[in-house]
Amino acid sequence: MTMARMTDVNVTDDQDLSGDENKVAGSEVPRAAIDLPSLAITEQITELGKTVGEVRCEDPYIVAENVDVYYGDNHAIQDVTLEISKQEVIALIGPSGCGKSTFLRCLNRMNDSIESARVTGNITLGGQDIYGKDLDPVALRARVGMVFQKPNPFPKSIYDNVAYGPRIHGLANDRAELDDIVHSSLERAGLLKEVKDRLEEPGTGLSGGQQQRLCIARTIAVNPEVILMDEPCSALDPIATARIEDLMDELSEDYAIVIVTHSMQQAARVSKRVAYFHLGLLVEVDETDKIFTNPQHKLTEDYITGRIG
Amino acid sequence: MTRKPATREKLEAGLKRRRRKELAFQLVGMLATTVGIVFLGVFFADLLGKGSSAFVQTFVKLDVEFTEDVLAPGGELDLAYADFDGLVRDALREEFPNVSGRSERRDLYRLVSIAAGYQMRDMIIADPGLLGSTETIWVPASSTVDMFVKGNIDPALDEALRPLSDAQLAWISDLQSSGRLETQFNSALFNNGDSREPELAGIRGALMGSFYMLIITVMLAFPVGVAAAIYLEEFAPRSRWSDLIEVNINNLAAVPSIVFGLLGLAVFINWVGIPRSAPLVGGLVLSLLTLPVIIIASRAAIKAVPPSIREAALGLGASEMQVVFHHVMPLALPGMLTGAIIGMSRALGESAPLLMIGMVAFIVDVPGGFSDPATALPVQIYLWADSPERAFAERTSAAIIVLLAFLLLMNLAAVILRKRMERKW
Repeated sequence: MTMARMTDVNVTDDQDLSGDENKVAGSEVPRAAIDLPSLAITEQITELGKTVGEVRCEDPYIVAENVDVYYGDNHAIQDVTLEISKQEVIALIGPSGCGKSTFLRCLNRMNDSIESARVTGNITLGGQDIYGKDLDPVALRARVGMVFQKPNPFPKSIYDNVAYGPRIHGLANDRAELDDIVHSSLERAGLLKEVKDRLEEPGTGLSGGQQQRLCIARTIAVNPEVILMDEPCSALDPIATARIEDLMDELSEDYAIVIVTHSMQQAARVSKRVAYFHLGLLVEVDETDKIFTNPQHKLTEDYITGRIG
Repeated sequence: MTRKPATREKLEAGLKRRRRKELAFQLVGMLATTVGIVFLGVFFADLLGKGSSAFVQTFVKLDVEFTEDVLAPGGELDLAYADFDGLVRDALREEFPNVSGRSERRDLYRLVSIAAGYQMRDMIIADPGLLGSTETIWVPASSTVDMFVKGNIDPALDEALRPLSDAQLAWISDLQSSGRLETQFNSALFNNGDSREPELAGIRGALMGSFYMLIITVMLAFPVGVAAAIYLEEFAPRSRWSDLIEVNINNLAAVPSIVFGLLGLAVFINWVGIPRSAPLVGGLVLSLLTLPVIIIASRAAIKAVPPSIREAALGLGASEMQVVFHHVMPLALPGMLTGAIIGMSRALGESAPLLMIGMVAFIVDVPGGFSDPATALPVQIYLWADSPERAFAERTSAAIIVLLAFLLLMNLAAVILRKRMERKW
């Protein structure tokens, strides 16, 4: 029974590729969570005393305490507590529609644009409440950048794509400085060599992998503190994926990276810690090695061994 | 054991039928298209056949002597007393010296338009030095002569039944044989306002009226429509109110245009007190008429912008207004402009609301501003179609051709704009 339901959820998630993923995921997932005759699972988790593993970390930068997200009546995320430090890559994994993308979008308030979404609990970024009255989401998003599932460069030139963020935030004083930001961002994103001679050509003319690296360059041009990545490689071929993963490795030295992925190999390769979500619940968080070699929770084990999801 | 027919056999059995159906459907589609094209062809052929002759006009060559005793009876040129028609009459008598008797002469004078006298007057005003000289001048023939030359009057008819007498026909053939009568481009059609005399009537007044109205409409309906669309699509919270507004906008697009005319009459003319027949009122009414079309088209264009672009901009920290003006607007603009131009061409072809606000009046002067009395092209067509003179029939068709040419131009502009500005993502 449970398995059948899971497949249902999967189907909706596949449609998510079309773009307004958060809406679909948001409205579909929690219904599954509520409809599901899976009290057993919920009990299983609560039985074990909330999230297993270690939700706390040393030197936390992002702290989410008892976060609940509702889409209308749907309870998309239930009581999630998680700490993320500044020098790590943390992977959020879990079956489709488990709330990992929703959680990711809470971290830069991208859920704000969905009218029915309601977030309770407390999320702080460097000690500042991101849902507080004194924090403008515009300022927050400049500090917490985001890379999306489908490469979405602006239909503008490569240069303008990267320069857009610095321009709107007024990060460069003159053209030379802006040139500098654009070049170094493209360099860091490993794209400069390929596009050096055609910065004025449209960013949409690049290949999928190049587009995604362009989006990463665009994000780091604003010099954020955290980069959120929502399945950044799911639309890319393995070679492009490998390049992005290398890039994440390099970027993790300067930025906290939170990545949502469906690929467990990817999570194993790039992340230091892994958080496993299931039906809106954060089931288990731990060091990557530990999760993949010795999961504490039955659900985690089922997922990573391919029995669910 | 009977073998079940394989998928292949079943498929082949039905395949022929499927193909036949497909063919039949294609044939029906082709037929429908052909019928449409045939009707359009007939319409255009008829229009061109009837209207093309209005672009030329019959002229008569006269040797006019600007005699001083006709123009300056008091010794000095006095426009108020100068008998310009007399000049034309003298020239005609000169041409046909044998014509005698009052009624015969009157028939002779009727060969040329009354515009001939005005033409003399304009010439003398432009160059007073002409006084005393003799000039060879082409003057417009009267509309009956014009109709006869264009083959619209049958000379075989009984004299009492046709507007031209036998004597007049004889003069016309005399003029033709001496090369003093020919058809030339009808510049009056484009330079003059309306007139009771067909050979003087032109569409300039109506064109300018339409032009002024469209300017008002573009300046009002486009910004207001686009602003409303952006607000409704990007900022307005989804609520019962926004649903109500949406339903009402869609309804407004379907309201018969004459109702807008009545609204204009009641509000803009009776209440606000703007003069009637003015392009200003017409433009306001047409703006109201076009507004829902522009809003609907703009909203559709905004909706078509992929949400991923919005997310990308938001994710970088762009404010909602920056998202709209930096990313959504440039991508939606071609669609918005197309909607606006289609709305404009609807406004250009609209006549019913203009009847309500007095733009159906007989206005001779070409309007020079937004508050001058004016009519519009479709109304001019309506007025001419209503006129009894045979010569107005071809001018009606000519006006329709001009209107269609403008509509075609506007739609072409819409296509070109869309092609130019469309960006791929």
